[in-house]
Amino acid sequence: MTSTPKISIPPSAEAVAPGETGEAPQARSAADSRILIESSDVSLFYGPSQALKRISIDIRERLVTAFIGPSGCGKSTFLRCFNRMNDLIDHVRVQGRIQIGGHDIYSGDVDVIELRKRVGMVFQKSNPFPKSIFENIAYGLRLHGMRNGPELQGVVEQSLRGAALWDEVKDRLHSSALGLSGGQQQRLCIARAIAIRPQILLMDEPASALDPIATAKIEELILELKKEFTIVIVTHNMQQAARISDLTAFFYLGELIEYDVTTKIFTNPGKKQTEDYVTGRFG
Amino acid sequence: MTSGTTHPLENADPWAGIRRGQQRRPVEWLVERAIHAISLSAIVGVFLIFIFVAREALPIVLGRATSASATQVIPLEGLDTRSPAEIQKYLGLTPEQFAALDRDAKVDLMNLKLETAKGASKDRDAAVNTLEWRYLLLPYQWSGYDKPEMIWQPVSSIHKYNIIPLLIGTLKATIVALLFAVPLSLAAAIYVSQLSSPRLKEWLKPGIELLAGIPSVVLGFFGLLIMASFLQEVFGYESRLNAFVAGIALGFAIIPVTFSIAEDALTSVPGSYVHGALALGSTRWQAAWRIVLPAAIPGVFAAVVLGFGRAVGETMVVLMASGNASIVSASLFDSTRTITATIAAELAETVFGEHHYRMLFLLGALLFGVTFLSNLVAESFIHRLKKQLEGKA
Amino acid sequence: MAGAGITLAATLLILLILAIILGNVLWHGLPSLSFRFVFSGADRDMFDVNKAGILPMLVGTASRVILMSFFVIPVGVITAIYLNEYAKPTSATTRVIRSAVNNLAGVPSIVFGLFGMGFFIHFAGGSMDRLFHPGSAEPVWNKPGILWASLTLAVMTMPLVIVATEESLKAIAPGLREASLALGATKLETVRKIVLPQALPGILTGGILAVSRAGGEVAPILFTGAAYYMAHYPQALTDQFMDLGYHVFVLSTQSPNVDQTRPILFATVLTLLLLTFTLNVVAIIIRARIRRGMRAAH
Ligand SMILES: Nc1ncnc2c1ncn2[C@@H]1O[C@H](COP(=O)(O)OP(=O)(O)O)[C@@H](O)[C@H]1O
Ligand SMILES: [Mg+2]
Repeated sequence: MTSTPKISIPPSAEAVAPGETGEAPQARSAADSRILIESSDVSLFYGPSQALKRISIDIRERLVTAFIGPSGCGKSTFLRCFNRMNDLIDHVRVQGRIQIGGHDIYSGDVDVIELRKRVGMVFQKSNPFPKSIFENIAYGLRLHGMRNGPELQGVVEQSLRGAALWDEVKDRLHSSALGLSGGQQQRLCIARAIAIRPQILLMDEPASALDPIATAKIEELILELKKEFTIVIVTHNMQQAARISDLTAFFYLGELIEYDVTTKIFTNPGKKQTEDYVTGRFG
Repeated sequence: MTSGTTHPLENADPWAGIRRGQQRRPVEWLVERAIHAISLSAIVGVFLIFIFVAREALPIVLGRATSASATQVIPLEGLDTRSPAEIQKYLGLTPEQFAALDRDAKVDLMNLKLETAKGASKDRDAAVNTLEWRYLLLPYQWSGYDKPEMIWQPVSSIHKYNIIPLLIGTLKATIVALLFAVPLSLAAAIYVSQLSSPRLKEWLKPGIELLAGIPSVVLGFFGLLIMASFLQEVFGYESRLNAFVAGIALGFAIIPVTFSIAEDALTSVPGSYVHGALALGSTRWQAAWRIVLPAAIPGVFAAVVLGFGRAVGETMVVLMASGNASIVSASLFDSTRTITATIAAELAETVFGEHHYRMLFLLGALLFGVTFLSNLVAESFIHRLKKQLEGKA
Repeated sequence: MAGAGITLAATLLILLILAIILGNVLWHGLPSLSFRFVFSGADRDMFDVNKAGILPMLVGTASRVILMSFFVIPVGVITAIYLNEYAKPTSATTRVIRSAVNNLAGVPSIVFGLFGMGFFIHFAGGSMDRLFHPGSAEPVWNKPGILWASLTLAVMTMPLVIVATEESLKAIAPGLREASLALGATKLETVRKIVLPQALPGILTGGILAVSRAGGEVAPILFTGAAYYMAHYPQALTDQFMDLGYHVFVLSTQSPNVDQTRPILFATVLTLLLLTFTLNVVAIIIRARIRRGMRAAH
């Protein structure tokens, strides 16, 4: 068994958010940041077909890591390994090891429910519950045993503010969430996810169904959220990855081809395949 | 962002606690077990139905029940020709008692037995166990009849249980019902699924399915009080209630079944089939008839088979509209008696555990078997349809 | 195009049959349907056109379907939840349960009557009498009664509830379950707080369909509880009851003078039809709503 070498970031590399404005919110060194998720040799099979091939990658704390690659290459599948959502699918088999915060999340004594409370997720298609805006946020909090009261209301407000939605909905907290626009619904889903204070936020193409203005709002929000959360985002939009991420991983046909500081991936990729993809030659 | 504000769920070591193990939710675990157990109730239900209907009928099936009011007699010579064990059992003695008796005493007992048997019934059929399979299925020349006949006559001095008249009655009513309902509902299914506008379909489909909402006792009432006289006037036959009237009323009961299944089957044929045909210049009707119907044919079969099962098992309609005479005849215009009507009409008068009671349960088990089988067949047809369409789509 | 015309004619003929039945019952039944008829008892003479009332039958039928709902709705809903939320769709258990549900739906109603007699009255009732009333000369449970009739009907209508509930479970967008689970909800919490509230219309449809179907059924209760005549209302679970559908049968076939009792027969049929039809129409409307919702969700 030959193990593929782990792709890690050169210690000297600086993760700098691109953008001419200079008001880039962060300029932390990628190497300064602690490793939060450590995946080694992860393979995943849907029944007989292999969707992920020995993927090793380190995800760093309080940075935005983007997964890019052509459709069907396994980005979502890999993302869903971090909160074990793949467990819900029949006949899925995972090999290798994923450690989060030092704990092997696939080990027998890990409680998936507790894991998911710490690793939040935002889906491609916004999926607010058919309840009121307030109840959408309160849902996760109640799961944590929080009762009705000022504390609950405080956290709901705090979360909605955190998702830059408060001003738009504060007057109709008790009307149905389904009455919101697509972009608002997605921000509501983000608010719902951060309400229970996860450590990691997984986002699977959160803006792919939105118009440019709503997309811009989400991107802005992500840059804000990374101050408090470690964010892993799947996107098929390379400009988006370039705008918001510190690190970028390029996947192709179930393999991790290249993983590096975002600026490097987009300006000076190390692999031919990566270059072809980011320059739009395929995908 | 409200960073700085403390959050009530904030934790010093956020990852502490994820390794608490999986099995720590006993309530959840228990409830899930309970859900699983309860969900098996459907299986248990079917199983129990089969067991408890078959159980009551079992003695007849195994030949352990007897309806003979007089036992078989052994003539006096039997004392020498039969084995001692047989004679002992016939006289109802224990081996010790039998050994203690001398020959004269045995002859006396044999004679006594003969006398009582004669007294019990003058009818030579009194000794016949009418529950044996040959009496249930084959013609027999009963005393007083001039030729072998198949007779269902459970309440008489000789209990005659030939089920052939009931089978014929059931078949007659069922065939009329199918001949009436299948073409009608199939044609309607073609119209609703292929030819009508989607808007019209939204009304037609529930409209026709409303027929299923009419209780069968109301259809029976309608057949008995309104249709019977009307049809008699039109066709001019003799007995007002007969297989024909019952069959038509039964048809009303199965139209919604055959319609629904056939409509579903026709609708499940992919639109691409139709578009292809239309592109080649055929009319909607030609596409429906030549392309869609053949593609959906297993579903149509399923509809017919399920309609058959429903017709065979329907009770109140036939109980009220068929006339209930168990006559063996080929005419659809004779009064007729079906299996279901027989059970419904006679069970209340039977005594628990007695042979008439068991006989009716045997009929019930037969019904259960027939409908179970037709269900399985229909299911396999539908399965085949799905596979075919998947294979081609 | 003649073929197309024939299919249209067939469709119209079926609707015409429906209209004739309903029209007939309405036409002949409406004049005799009075407040007094519906709300008075049969305590004087149930065949007397001027005195007979059907309140006892209404009460009996209502009691037996309500009692039935208590059994069939929880069991049916739980089974549907198991099939749709817990079981693996391809597993052998799932397939056997589905097949059993299908078959249960096809078992003739008279066979349910036999089953009710063999299993509930003689087996369950007999055992209960031996256990709880060993000295009693009169059977207590080992005889037809409203509990046994209701249980028999519950077994009979279970497929309706299961199928309707499952349909509404399938109509729920899968994203909602994922969203809940991703927030750290357990499966049970997800089912209880997200899935079940969403499935409520479907459960309601199933319940209504079951009630409407069972309300008009006569064959299963012929020997399990329906009474030809009773001077009082059922007081206990072991009591028999008078029944609307059974009363239609009695008036149609055992009336001393059919022509004379015709008006009350038609009025009884009309009452029965009004009840079952109203329920059916309500169920159809809710179901159409769910189906429209399902198309929107997927
Ligand atoms: N539930 C599933 N069952 C079987 N195969 C799946 C399933 N989900 C995804 N796949 C397969 O796994 C591969 C990766 O899919 P996915 O992770 O969704 O890709 P991406 O998100 O990069 O577009 C694809 O080939 C897809 O067909
Ligand atoms: Mg994806």
